[in-house]
Amino acid sequence: MLGTGIIKGMVETARNFVGSYTDEARLTTSEYPEEKLSPKENARTFPFLVFDTTDSAAGLRCVACQICEKECPPKCIYIEKSKTKKPDYTGKPQLFPAVFDIDISVCMSCQICVEVCPFDAIKMDQAFELSTSDRFGGLLLHKEDLAKPNDYYISIHPSEAREVDERLAAEKVKAEAKAKAEAAGSASEPKPAIAPTTKPAPAQPQTGASATPAPATT
Amino acid sequence: MSQSPSSTIGIVGGTGLASQASPTEGQSSSFGAQSLPHHQPGYSLQPKVDAAGEVSSELLEIAMGPHHPSTHGVFRMDVVLDGERVVKLKPVFGYLHRNHEKIAENTSYLASMPYTDRLDYLCSMTNNWAYALAVEKLAGLKPTERAEYIRVITAELTRLLNHTCLIGFLVQDMGAMGTPLMYAFREREKILDLFESLSGARMMCNYMRFGGCRVDLPPGWLDQARAVVAGYPQFLDEFEALLSENEILLARSQGVGVLSRELAINASITGPMLRASGVNYDIRKVDKYGIYDRFDFRIPLGEHGDVFDRYMIRILEMRESIKILTQALKDIPEGPIVDPKAKLRGFRPKAGEAYGRIEAGKGELGFYLISDGSPNPYRYRVRPPSLINLTILEDMCLGTTIGDVMVILGSVDIVLGEVDR
Repeated sequence: MLGTGIIKGMVETARNFVGSYTDEARLTTSEYPEEKLSPKENARTFPFLVFDTTDSAAGLRCVACQICEKECPPKCIYIEKSKTKKPDYTGKPQLFPAVFDIDISVCMSCQICVEVCPFDAIKMDQAFELSTSDRFGGLLLHKEDLAKPNDYYISIHPSEAREVDERLAAEKVKAEAKAKAEAAGSASEPKPAIAPTTKPAPAQPQTGASATPAPATT
Repeated sequence: MSQSPSSTIGIVGGTGLASQASPTEGQSSSFGAQSLPHHQPGYSLQPKVDAAGEVSSELLEIAMGPHHPSTHGVFRMDVVLDGERVVKLKPVFGYLHRNHEKIAENTSYLASMPYTDRLDYLCSMTNNWAYALAVEKLAGLKPTERAEYIRVITAELTRLLNHTCLIGFLVQDMGAMGTPLMYAFREREKILDLFESLSGARMMCNYMRFGGCRVDLPPGWLDQARAVVAGYPQFLDEFEALLSENEILLARSQGVGVLSRELAINASITGPMLRASGVNYDIRKVDKYGIYDRFDFRIPLGEHGDVFDRYMIRILEMRESIKILTQALKDIPEGPIVDPKAKLRGFRPKAGEAYGRIEAGKGELGFYLISDGSPNPYRYRVRPPSLINLTILEDMCLGTTIGDVMVILGSVDIVLGEVDR
């Protein structure tokens, strides 16, 4: 009979309409600004720079190697190397970025910078409410805007951050053992090596603090 | 209720444009330009002349698009109408051209991977796979066992969401405002949630790597995927109850936009459109790329090649995809996720060429690469199914009414990101 198909379809629509009052599976919408779903652990938006300790300048893990700048597909990263060096988390003196800019209006959130970074210095953020009325400066993030503490990284990607922390701690232990062995070796040798000058003593307490990140607070 | 295809074609000869050639019978069955006067270059469309030699009506040329709501993006059709009948239709594309191929020739192999997401932006997983397959052929990499399974699972989930959305868009083009599309998007959301917890992004996944996948499955992902797949047949039943017997849908789709078997083969149409015309050709069966030879599934075929067959083929393909998914989710082994030989940086395949193709949701998606041994490809070419399936749009639309053009275009299943690249 003509029209039975339409009536069958109407029954289906009615089932969904009535069901939306009783069945969670049929009412899947959430009222966004009032009700926010917690993001998935792997979710990613834009990159940020991780720093250890509480000092965003001294604890920055980035050593300005410019690999991410080179590998970035849309070339949205701009880095200028520093003239001086600062000690990294193992105490080894490293360059740091004097300028580190990411234009997030160009960035396409592909995560390739994170994959290629050998220093675990750049990670993906989950913040997405980034709209701004300043269309020129507002979407060009500088080093200060990008630097975020390791605790924040632990809070958004817990399992990934745990792996990174374990790996960095192991590397630090190895570096310290090596430094100790070298120091012992150079002490026994009569001829002073050049190495001790590049390992300043004040760096040790600072790196000690940086390698034991505080547990997740959030 | 349904129009007969032969009557729709006969109108072409009666529009007065055939002053150069006599009207021929059964034009759509032969692809040769000699039988189709409107394919000749430099022809002019004359007003319709009646038996006494008087001008009886005028042709109206309109531009549908590029901002027409039913063109699925920025796509223009220059349509010449005689009353409501289409006498000429020229697809015009290029509005979304992004220079994808040339960009890829100037960056590393890895850096092209996120750009492939943006080809067919509904199905980034299958795009990734096709590109990864081509590069793996070029470099001689072999994906690990677990990665192969994950690729099949993500590709079939992508097929589910592509076909679900397409049916939503198709009935939206027929005038079913909102409801079926919203049901389709509700189901798509579940698959996008799976993709997000797996790859970090909902649509631009950038998940496959040469020789495997980027990250391993997060804990509990397989159970979530099994739940989504187990719930899908019920949704398909409901979707079919809503649509398949609907008299309006039948009247709008049966006998409309018939694509003959011969023309489909000659124009190298692939995917559900080809199979709706009754040609048994599915690259999952023909090439058996990946590990598709291990799964038990069938290829649904259409008989008439009309819009309804294309709709039905997609429903049936989704049911077959669910079969594949159930088997893959049962058998997936533990193991490494990426080939240890694969390098992320400094990747330089030996000089040579390779063509990798897969059965994407829309048809044969292929990547043709030539390497000269440098870090970036010498030539990078995409074979997009959307573009090639679009080439016979005029042949399907001639003689139909302007309202049916939208439905026929909807049934082709195009995404402009892939058409224009």
